Amino acid sequence: MSFFKPKATNSTPRAPTKVPWTEKYRPKSLNDVAAQDAIVSVLKKTLQSSNLPHMLFYGPPGTGKTSTILALARDLYGPELRKTRVLELNASDDRGISVVREKIKNFSRTAVGNVSSEIRQKYPAPDFKLIILDEADMMTHDAQAALRRTMENYAKTTRFCLICNYVTRIIDPLASRCSKFRFKELSQESALNRLQYICEQENVEVEDEEVLRSLLKLTNGDLRQSITLLQSAAGFAPVVTKDILSELAGVVPDNIVSKVIEVAEIGNQKQIEKAVENIILDGYSVSELLDQLHDTLLTSVISSKSKSMLANTFSVANRRLVDGGDEHIELLNIVTQTAQALKA
Amino acid sequence: MSLWVHEFRPSNFAELDLNERLTDNLRQLCTEEELPHLLLYGPPGSGKQTRVGACLQELFGAGSRRIKIESRQLDAGGSKKLEITMVSSVYHVEITPSEAGNQDRFVVQELLKEIAQTQQIDQNAKHRYKVVVINEADHLTREAQAALRRTMEIYTSNLRIVMVATSLSPIMEPIRSRTLLVRVPAPSEDEIAKVLQSIAAAKRVSVQSDAVLHKIAATSQRNMRKAILMLEAMYAQNEQLTESAVVPLADWEAVIKKEAFEIVKSPTTSKLAEVRGTNYELLSHCIPPQIILRTLLLQILPLVDAKAAPGIIEAAALFDHRIRLGTKAIFHLEAFVARVMNVLSSR
Ligand SMILES: Nc1ncnc2c1ncn2[C@@H]1O[C@H](COP(=O)(O)OP(=O)(O)O)[C@@H](O)[C@H]1O
Ligand SMILES: [Mg+2]
Repeated sequence: MSFFKPKATNSTPRAPTKVPWTEKYRPKSLNDVAAQDAIVSVLKKTLQSSNLPHMLFYGPPGTGKTSTILALARDLYGPELRKTRVLELNASDDRGISVVREKIKNFSRTAVGNVSSEIRQKYPAPDFKLIILDEADMMTHDAQAALRRTMENYAKTTRFCLICNYVTRIIDPLASRCSKFRFKELSQESALNRLQYICEQENVEVEDEEVLRSLLKLTNGDLRQSITLLQSAAGFAPVVTKDILSELAGVVPDNIVSKVIEVAEIGNQKQIEKAVENIILDGYSVSELLDQLHDTLLTSVISSKSKSMLANTFSVANRRLVDGGDEHIELLNIVTQTAQALKA
Repeated sequence: MSLWVHEFRPSNFAELDLNERLTDNLRQLCTEEELPHLLLYGPPGSGKQTRVGACLQELFGAGSRRIKIESRQLDAGGSKKLEITMVSSVYHVEITPSEAGNQDRFVVQELLKEIAQTQQIDQNAKHRYKVVVINEADHLTREAQAALRRTMEIYTSNLRIVMVATSLSPIMEPIRSRTLLVRVPAPSEDEIAKVLQSIAAAKRVSVQSDAVLHKIAATSQRNMRKAILMLEAMYAQNEQLTESAVVPLADWEAVIKKEAFEIVKSPTTSKLAEVRGTNYELLSHCIPPQIILRTLLLQILPLVDAKAAPGIIEAAALFDHRIRLGTKAIFHLEAFVARVMNVLSSR
C-alpha cells in the first residue's frame, strides 16, 4: 500500500523531523480512506470517466474530508502533475472576496500544459484543474456569493471542491451547483482498525482491548483527535492506559463530577462556592464539566420541572462559555442554579 | 534589582518542583522526536508560561533564552496596517494575537505562514521545526482559529504551535482536535508555602512560623505569582513576618474590596454614582473589566445572606457575558451593581 512509503521531504539536507502521526497516516490514495465506502466508490467511478462534478464535502471533523480530496487529487494527477493542477485554499489564506477571485483567476487562466505519455499511462490526468476550498463554512456569505460567479466563469477548465463541517453555512446557490458528499462519523469498527494498524506500525503497546475503544469514546469518534491522543500517550508511557488517555483528553474525572452534584444536592451556598473555587484552580475545563453534568443529570430520575430548569441553565451556560464568559462566574452560576433546580 | 517573582522563576524542568507528574510528562514529551502541537490551559499564575519556557529550553537549549523583543507591522487587508509585538529567539516566536483585537486573523495568516515558510537559521538546531507560542489563545476570534486549522497541518515539518489559555471553552473543536491538551492546575497551598519558604530562606526573611506562609498562600488563591509579590511586599513593610501581620492585597483588589463593602452596606441609588467613579478609575488603570466583575462578585458573596447569592451570581454571569460581547464595559459593570443593590434592598 502506498502509505508504507516514506513521505517525500522537501529536499532539505537536514534529516527530516518525523511528522505527527495524523499526517503520517493520512490516507495517500482513495484506497486507504477508511469507512467512507459509498463516497470512495463514487469518486473512483469519476476517476475512470475522467469527468468530475463540482463537489461539496461535509461532515464532522476527522472523518476524512481533507484526506479524501487530497487522495483523489493524487490519484487523478499523480504526485508531479498535482503540483500545477491543484490549488488548495483554506481559512489560513486571506479569503476576502478580491483575493479569492484574484487567486482563482490567476490559477485558472493559465492553460494546462501537455502531459507526458508516461504520466498518462499511470494516471487519468484529465484536462481540468482542481480547486479545493477547505473550511469553506468560514467564508463570509459575500465571498461565497462572489465565488458563485467565479465558478461559472471557469466552469470549462476548473472543478471546485468545497469542504465544510456544516452544510447549512454554505449559501444555497453555491451548494446547489455541487454534488454533495456527506462524510459519516466513522463506524467504531473501522476507526478501531485504523488505530490498531497504527499501533502495530509504531509498536505501541496498549494495556488491553478496551483502551482503544475508550479512546474513541473520549473523542466522540474523531479519528484525528484519537490519533493525536494516541501518539501523545505513547510518548508519555511505555504502556498506554485508559487513565493516561482521559487525562490527556482533558476529561474531568468522575469523582469531580460527583462532587459537584453532591454539593448541589446539599445546597449549602458556602460549600458550593468553595467547591467551585477548587475546580477552577485545578484548571478543569468548565465546558467539559458542563458536558458531563448534562449527561449525568438529565438522564437521572428528577422531576420534569427540575429537568426543564437544568436544561435551560445548561443551554445558557454553553453559549456564554463559548463566547468567552468567565469560567469561574459561569461555574458558580451553573452549580448554584443546579442546586435551585434540584430543590424544585 | 529585579522582583523576586522574576529572580526565582525556574528556567528549566529540573528547577520546576511543582506538580511533578505534569512536569515529568511534559519533559518526556519534549524529548520525543515528534512533539505534537500543545495547548496549555489553567488558571492565572499556575505556571503555564514557566512550563512553556522549560519546554523550549529542553527542546533547543539555552539559546531559546536569548530573546529579542520587536514590534512588527503587518498587512491587515487593503492598505491597512496593524502592529504586533513579537518576542523571539532563533528557535521560537511568542505572540499575543489578541493585541490585534478582531483583526487577529491577519496575524495568524501573515506572520505564522511567514515563520512556517522559513527554515531554521541555526543549522545545528536540535529540531527542524520552530515553535510559535500563542498567548491568550482563548481570545482568538473564530476567524483566527479557523485560519490556524490548516496551518497546523500543512506546516507540521517546520512549525509547532504551543497555545496558552486560561479557558478551554472558547477554543473550537477543530483546533482542540489538532492539539494535545495539557491541564496546568494552580499549585496547592502547600506547594506555594514550600516555594515561599525557600525564597524566604534565600533572602534571609525572618518568618515567625510556617502558618504565615500558608496564610499568604491562601490569600493569593493559589496564585504563585501573587503569593511571591505578597511576600516581597510584606517583607518591605515588616521586620519580621508574624502570624498577625496583614497580607497586603494589590491596590486594585483593595479598591474592589472596599467597593463591595460599600455596595452591601448601603445598596441605594445614591451610591451608584460613587461606584461608577470607582469602576471608571479601575478601568483607566487597565484592570480588565471581566476581572473587575469577578473580583467584585467574589468580594460581595461573603458579605451577603446565602439566600441572596443565587440572584447575585446569576446577574454576574449575565453581565460578564455582555462585557465580553459588548463594547461599553462600564455599562455592564454598572448594570451589575444596580442589580445587586436591587436584590439586596428588596429583601
Ligand atoms: N476515513 C478515514 N480513513 C482513514 N484515515 C482517516 C479517515 N478520516 C480521518 N482519518 C485520519 O484522521 C486525520 C484527519 O483527517 P482529515 O481528512 O484531515 O479530516 P477532516 O474530515 O477534518 O478533513 C487524517 O490524517 C487520518 O489520519
Ligand atoms: Mg479538514
